[in-house]
Amino acid sequence: MKHPVPTAGWEHFAHVADMGVRGFGHTMAEAFEQAAIALTAVITDPACVRADASIEVTCDAANAELLFTDWLNALIYEMAVRKMLFSKFDVDIKDSKLKATAWGEQIDQQRHTPSVEAKGATFTELKVKQQENGIWMAQCVIDV
Amino acid sequence: MDTDRFTQVSDTTWRIEPQGKMRVPAIIYADEGLIHAMDDKVYIQASNVACLPGIVGASYAMPDAHWGYGFPIGGVAAFDPEDGVVSAGGVGFDISCGVRTLHTGLQRKHIDAVKNRLADALYHTIPAGLGSTGHIHLNDKQMDEMLSGGAQWAVDKGYGEPRDLERIEEQGRMPLARPLEVSQHAKKRQRDEMGTLGSGNHYLELQEVIEIYDPGTAVMFGVNTGDIVVSIHCGSRGLGHQIGTEFLRSMALSASEYGIELPDRELACAPIQSTLGKRYLGAMRAAINCALANRQIITHLTRQVFAEILPEAQLDLLYDVSHNTCKLEEHIVNDKARQLYVHRKGATRAFGPGHTDLPKALQKIGQPVLIGGSMGTASYILAGNEQNEALSFASACHGAGRSMSRRKAYKTWYGRQIIDELAERGIIIRSPSSRGVAEEAPGAYKNVAAVVAATERAGLARKVARLRPMVCIKG
Repeated sequence: MKHPVPTAGWEHFAHVADMGVRGFGHTMAEAFEQAAIALTAVITDPACVRADASIEVTCDAANAELLFTDWLNALIYEMAVRKMLFSKFDVDIKDSKLKATAWGEQIDQQRHTPSVEAKGATFTELKVKQQENGIWMAQCVIDV
Repeated sequence: MDTDRFTQVSDTTWRIEPQGKMRVPAIIYADEGLIHAMDDKVYIQASNVACLPGIVGASYAMPDAHWGYGFPIGGVAAFDPEDGVVSAGGVGFDISCGVRTLHTGLQRKHIDAVKNRLADALYHTIPAGLGSTGHIHLNDKQMDEMLSGGAQWAVDKGYGEPRDLERIEEQGRMPLARPLEVSQHAKKRQRDEMGTLGSGNHYLELQEVIEIYDPGTAVMFGVNTGDIVVSIHCGSRGLGHQIGTEFLRSMALSASEYGIELPDRELACAPIQSTLGKRYLGAMRAAINCALANRQIITHLTRQVFAEILPEAQLDLLYDVSHNTCKLEEHIVNDKARQLYVHRKGATRAFGPGHTDLPKALQKIGQPVLIGGSMGTASYILAGNEQNEALSFASACHGAGRSMSRRKAYKTWYGRQIIDELAERGIIIRSPSSRGVAEEAPGAYKNVAAVVAATERAGLARKVARLRPMVCIKG
């Protein structure tokens, strides 16, 4: 029997007070990109967020898990100070350094009807690993 | 959770005996129903907190406890100033998130005719929801003044009345705040957010007092059946979130340098006497001041709305409580007065009668403890009990606590449906997000009445009044 080819994607997982985000990808970088879409999906439907403007993000951390929370926290910070939402991400990871571009637009309360504000990416359920099927997975709980 | 692992001390007190690396026992206050429904993670997290260096007495969890970050939400733990630790996870991301309740001097009959107008005016005046900005924009100098001065700063700037201050913990200003320890990122995140409600479970509600349980205390608190009050639930906004994020990271990385073995990364902490510990305390206290200033500004905006629509209203502050804090307090432990750093993560300080920090008018009766509901459900006013110092370092519950994840709530309800159902019950909702309303559906929360009943039976606080929501501005 032929196994389906694993693809990149994202999902949420339950945390009683908050929301877990999980990204899958063929590389760690792609899993980070997908998890970032999951982060936006905590707030609004990413399909409603136009990729009109871009910002650059860089992070540097001692290990992959810390790099992941740093990445999501950098996005949370950019969302907060620029009043933006993001829907498209291009992540490059070399050694312990992450360089990324995020595309999005200004928050429009009428159109985006944002349900919550992401306060921070936490260490709860934090995992970054390559699974047996070769697909990378990156996840943690977001405090909202 | 399974109760076999506990020593049952009373019908509302469940004790986890020290085991493994636990330095003290863990004690959960809950009735049989609540403890059975409680997340197993509360058992693990309350036990983990009991492993931290310098913990005194026991690691406590309140009746509304649920799975948190390192500490359970509803967790209380006190630490020795010399040997103990301060934990960014034990305070949480939304530093000093809390509730304040204002009298209006009005009864329901005064409100009914203008309820919709009031709801619209409050919704348009008080910025709520993600992306909203406040009316006040602070430069660097003003930001530092606000972070040092808290609600006292806000009153000095004309937001509110000097008489408000005695009804706020620490008289509206947390001493020993160090704005210098607050990063530029945190300050930038706050620049446009002063006087904003935020989103998620934050709200401003108009409520009616519908039941009095303790008439003597109710008189002293100035609440009577039929009274209309305003309750505001919000915190230190982006500034507190950023401080929590940054110090959690620093503490997680440096724990091993301090020889601290963390049972869970999220318990990230540093010795109180360390440079990092002191830096965090300075920044966290600044965030407490930010939260106090924020609630003070929202109070001012609320008064402006009432002055326009119901000029006869007199909005006096009943009290302002904070939920996510670490404060240096004196407590009696084994008949000896000790200074302790008390962490409350999703728990309310609940000083009993006679406590010197209480304003004169409340000295004989104890501190008002304000318990938030969830749009459709009741809120409660409790009063701190004298014996709670020995039970929980003078702490009580803070709300109903969620019983269902946001994800499940969003899949279970439509926001519009919740708004319509509540409207039929006479509760007006104004919110920028129907999905947000679905996620905050009253059915996604534990039964607040059961939480409050268990809090009272455990002796932590006594019931004074029950409030019914009339208008809810939801962020």
